[in-house]
Amino acid sequence: MPLPSRTESARLLEAGVWSQNVGLVQLLGLCPLLAVSGTSVNALGLGLATLLALVGTNVAISLIRRLTAAEVRIPAFVMVIAAVVTSIELAMHALLPELHRVLGIFLPLIVTNCAILGRAEALASRVDPARALLDALGMGLGFLGVLMALGLARELIGQGSLFAGAGPLLGLPGLELKLSDHRFLIAALPPGAFVLLGLMIAARQWWLQRPRQAAPVSISAPVPSISAPAQTISAPARIESA
Amino acid sequence: MSAEPTPGAGSEPSGLRRAALLLGVCAVLSIGALAVVEWFTREPIAEARAQAERAALAVVLPLDRYDNDPIADSVWVRAPLWLGRPEPARVWRGRLAGADSELALEATAPDGYSGRIELLMGVDAQGRVLGVRVTRHAETPGLGDPIEAERSDWINRFAGRSLGDPAIEQWKVRSDGGAFDQFAGATVTPRAVVEAVARTLGFLAQHRAAIMAAPAGELLEFPDAPAESN
Repeated sequence: MPLPSRTESARLLEAGVWSQNVGLVQLLGLCPLLAVSGTSVNALGLGLATLLALVGTNVAISLIRRLTAAEVRIPAFVMVIAAVVTSIELAMHALLPELHRVLGIFLPLIVTNCAILGRAEALASRVDPARALLDALGMGLGFLGVLMALGLARELIGQGSLFAGAGPLLGLPGLELKLSDHRFLIAALPPGAFVLLGLMIAARQWWLQRPRQAAPVSISAPVPSISAPAQTISAPARIESA
Repeated sequence: MSAEPTPGAGSEPSGLRRAALLLGVCAVLSIGALAVVEWFTREPIAEARAQAERAALAVVLPLDRYDNDPIADSVWVRAPLWLGRPEPARVWRGRLAGADSELALEATAPDGYSGRIELLMGVDAQGRVLGVRVTRHAETPGLGDPIEAERSDWINRFAGRSLGDPAIEQWKVRSDGGAFDQFAGATVTPRAVVEAVARTLGFLAQHRAAIMAAPAGELLEFPDAPAESN
């Protein structure tokens, strides 16, 4: 397979970040998404770890795609994913022990994030490493983006701060920002995560269904009838079986 | 199931054997990669663990009051009814010129608002609290989490107190008629912590000599129960 062209690369990245977004469209990996997005530092840590895991597993699985027989591909994928995630967990324990302590069980649980097995099965096992890498970057960045948006919003509303704990957890005390002492507790609690994620999904739908400004009508083109159905949402998300 | 691009799989009679072989190859590759990562991270991780342990201990065990190595000179005690946990708790013993000076131990408040609250406590030879820290909990953020030293100084009010100060009946939160403040919006959490600290002090009052005398590394069993005081 030749290297992906520029447009194909852009398409792969766009799918992960927007039209096939793991968090907002495929609704995969919700457990860590909702549980760890309480503060922006946790969200950043888990999002980066998931991005790394996706890149590692997608590339590894693409590299061994000719070695995996159809009957045993799922166990083989799970083994590769477990190895990659465990490596990331070990590295984080060694380099950022405080962050490792805070993320706790959600680091090893990245193994069970269906988004990862889903990408392995749906894409990485069928394409060359370059495309698998682009897909992983897109999906991982999309997931990281949703995590960060949730984390920033929940921390801001729930605790009135941003990046609290960046000093001890990441070694970046300069990021910490205390804006207010007001606390709106529900945002920091699990129901707040559900509500905010729901609002984000709704906002995305609204954006996609917003009434478009009538395109400048060229003389030759027929005028679109007013009653034409509004732009439907782009093709329904393909929910990976995972 | 859709067709796989994998060539040859399952098509020849030895398909299953081939599949098993390939799975084995994957396993070997995964294990090999993991072994390499583990080898590189083993030392930093051990160092990070020890660092975290020392940092936590330093808070409850003042460094100037012992001249031995409490991490090496530690024992395990299993006292489910005293320490609120079925599994053994670690006790770090600090000695000054060989004599009992202070010790730190793990204790559990089993009855927090959302499950167990794990504590680390330092107690001097006279039974006075040197310090208490919450090492793990799942209390409600914003309501129960002032038990964390980073969020409020509530946990520091145990320092210097002992079972006679305040009197044993007063080792309760204020809304139960005791001497310790609860915090706004949460009574269950501070109640659980106050009672766990009091129980742990009672445990040491009864068993401290045996704990200090045991050889390092030993696991001691204390199946007895605290006398019902309330």
